[in-house]
Amino acid sequence: MEKGSAVFENRDLNLKATELRLGLPGTDEDSGNQSSSSSQVKSNKRSSSEMDGSELQQSGAPVSKAQVVGWPPVRSYRKNILEKKKSESDGSGFVKVSMDGAPYLRKIDLKLYKNYLDLLKALENMFKCTIGTYSEREGYNGSECAPTYEDKDGDWMLVGDVPWEMFITSCKRLRIMKGSEAKGLACCL
Amino acid sequence: MDPDTKKCKESKPHSSNSNGSKCSHLKFPDEALEKVLSFIDSHKDRNTVSLVCKEWYNAERWTRSNLFIGNCYSVSPEIVSRRFPRIKSVRIKGKPRFSDFNMLPRDWGANVHAWLVMFAEVYPFLEELRLKRMTVNDESLELLAKSFTGFKALSLLSCDGFTDDGLKFVATHCRNLTELDIQDSVAVDVGGDWLTCFPENFSSLEILNFASLNSEVNFESLEKLVNRCKNTLRVLKVNESITLDQLQRLLVHAPNLVELGTGSFMQELTPRQYEDVGSAFSNCGKLRVLSGLWDATDLHFSVLYGACARLTFLNFSEAVLQSGELAKLLAHCPNLRRLWVIDTVQDKGLEAVGSSCPLLEELRVFPLDPYDLDHQHGVTEQGLLAVSLGCPKLHYLLYFCRRMTNAAVIAAVKNCPNFTHFRLCIMNPGQPDHLTKSPMDAAFAAVVKTCPKLRRLSVSGLLTDKTFESIGEYAKNLETLSVAFAGSSDKAMVCVLRGCPKLRKLEIRDCPFGNAALLSGVEKYEMMRSLWMSACDVTMKGCRMLAREMPRLNVEVIEDEGSDDGAKAGKVYVYRTVAGPRRDAPPFVLTL
Repeated sequence: MEKGSAVFENRDLNLKATELRLGLPGTDEDSGNQSSSSSQVKSNKRSSSEMDGSELQQSGAPVSKAQVVGWPPVRSYRKNILEKKKSESDGSGFVKVSMDGAPYLRKIDLKLYKNYLDLLKALENMFKCTIGTYSEREGYNGSECAPTYEDKDGDWMLVGDVPWEMFITSCKRLRIMKGSEAKGLACCL
Repeated sequence: MDPDTKKCKESKPHSSNSNGSKCSHLKFPDEALEKVLSFIDSHKDRNTVSLVCKEWYNAERWTRSNLFIGNCYSVSPEIVSRRFPRIKSVRIKGKPRFSDFNMLPRDWGANVHAWLVMFAEVYPFLEELRLKRMTVNDESLELLAKSFTGFKALSLLSCDGFTDDGLKFVATHCRNLTELDIQDSVAVDVGGDWLTCFPENFSSLEILNFASLNSEVNFESLEKLVNRCKNTLRVLKVNESITLDQLQRLLVHAPNLVELGTGSFMQELTPRQYEDVGSAFSNCGKLRVLSGLWDATDLHFSVLYGACARLTFLNFSEAVLQSGELAKLLAHCPNLRRLWVIDTVQDKGLEAVGSSCPLLEELRVFPLDPYDLDHQHGVTEQGLLAVSLGCPKLHYLLYFCRRMTNAAVIAAVKNCPNFTHFRLCIMNPGQPDHLTKSPMDAAFAAVVKTCPKLRRLSVSGLLTDKTFESIGEYAKNLETLSVAFAGSSDKAMVCVLRGCPKLRKLEIRDCPFGNAALLSGVEKYEMMRSLWMSACDVTMKGCRMLAREMPRLNVEVIEDEGSDDGAKAGKVYVYRTVAGPRRDAPPFVLTL
């Protein structure tokens, strides 16, 4: 269950990423502010039930704010620009998976997996490689392969850094890096 | 009514009015007075003129040809037709602005049909109709197309309710059409064939804008149309379905374009084709405004370089660009006055704005993903500061961000004291200063103190009553104020209502303002166009009191939570009117 706890530990550490934040992730100063801003919001809004418990969200998905009707004040058609970008990753949960050196790509449905443990196991089986254990500090150091993904902003990220729910909505494609490149990635962290 | 009918039939010349009147201008013949008044265009000036005396009122109403109705429910078609006999051009606004953000239920109203029925009867020589936020059905477009033989210009801004069948009527029957503009309107598409309905000999088009239409259009018809209208066409904004090489063909036919909205840039072209597109842009010597640009990236920018130096308005609000891409393009655009971008350009992109566009007057930064709480993306206080340093002429700002500081805003308005429109949206409701964690009161106090010309203000972030005390004290030219998730008590709203003499539109949502605040404006609302309050602490009792006090206001409650006095009034829309309660109100709108 080592892997399991690593993932769970990862999730705990990353609860911050899902809270209402005022600073860049990684900065410490803002941990006290989230309560003040959300309580301010609570006193102003009657439908505050949407806001309740946002500090304690376990699911990882920043859901509450998106439910405030008409806020932020952008026109509906503007959402289409974003949805177009999102739907470029197929919308159904299917993403392409490539592995360095493999002659063809595979496609998997992220929705079929419950957590990182599940996903990594499946990838190991599919590509016959060892991915190893994730740690926040060292990534997949020590393994032959490192799983990375392209997020909706076009950036390449290490699989495991963000909460699972956030991962499956932002992942556009996967790439399993092999050998020296993978080690290089681990060393950078 | 025949506009040439001399009005002497209806109102006797001044001799009958002169009895007992002290006005010395009575000797002034009506014809001369009318001639003088016909030079006055501004509807505000005309409204003032009409108040001087009865004679001037009559002369003015006979000479008014442009009708502007800021709220379609403030007056009725009957009243308008009785007063103004010779109208050639009409502009009407319908729904309150918050309907843009889905805060108004469907079928709320603002249907133009009743107006068109009246116009068809009273103004057969109508030439222009410009509507904003109104519902326009196909039958209305049919009525329009068939009733006005000289009709020239149709502009539907943020309207809905029509399909391309409605557009077909317009294309088929309006032989003298010079303008067809459906910017931001939602048209449920059955197909995009309306372009084929323009007659073969039709060649008078000057403005064609269908950028927000979702469907494919018939390109051959479009190309033929543009070719026929090559001498007159100055504004062409196509939709995303038009490809780059199609665009090139259009540009070749329309070298006199002043404003262009492109289609999508996502296309693999040969180098030769790119060159052709680039030449086409270079040949548009009059081009000043560029928009559309879906999927444009820096790979495509070289085609634009030939036109960039002359551009004054660049609308990148549909193009997802990174900071480097924007910087690269802006280096070629030193004459920009207006720039719209998406916040993916980040602060670095805005630094490039500051350094490349010293003449900039207007900046709008839209959020790519308004619901994403991920703090890594978008613009911050740094970007605002950078722009203000490089663009001292900036006077219009719309800025969506997730982080802001009092210090940055204070510095920005110091650098740019000429703000007329300051719309800051810190997207997380009630968020304090990013550095100091204090409320954003000081920021907005600085805005109103430093910018005496301020006409429009949108506030956001964590705000106490202090912000509104400052607004009431300093914002003497303020006409429009938007408030959300702000303030601590009724005092805030009271300060604004008491302190801003020119306030016309006040929109408030999710603020702790109750009946006392609402009622403090009892004498003010008749001098304003409208008030919107939603998710505040106003109850049915307060709304009823207001309605009782002020019979010339319509106090409408949408989606109330019960009708007893204590029930909260979910959405309240208050506006002055001479037309009485709405006759077309749907069941969920309660006029008190």
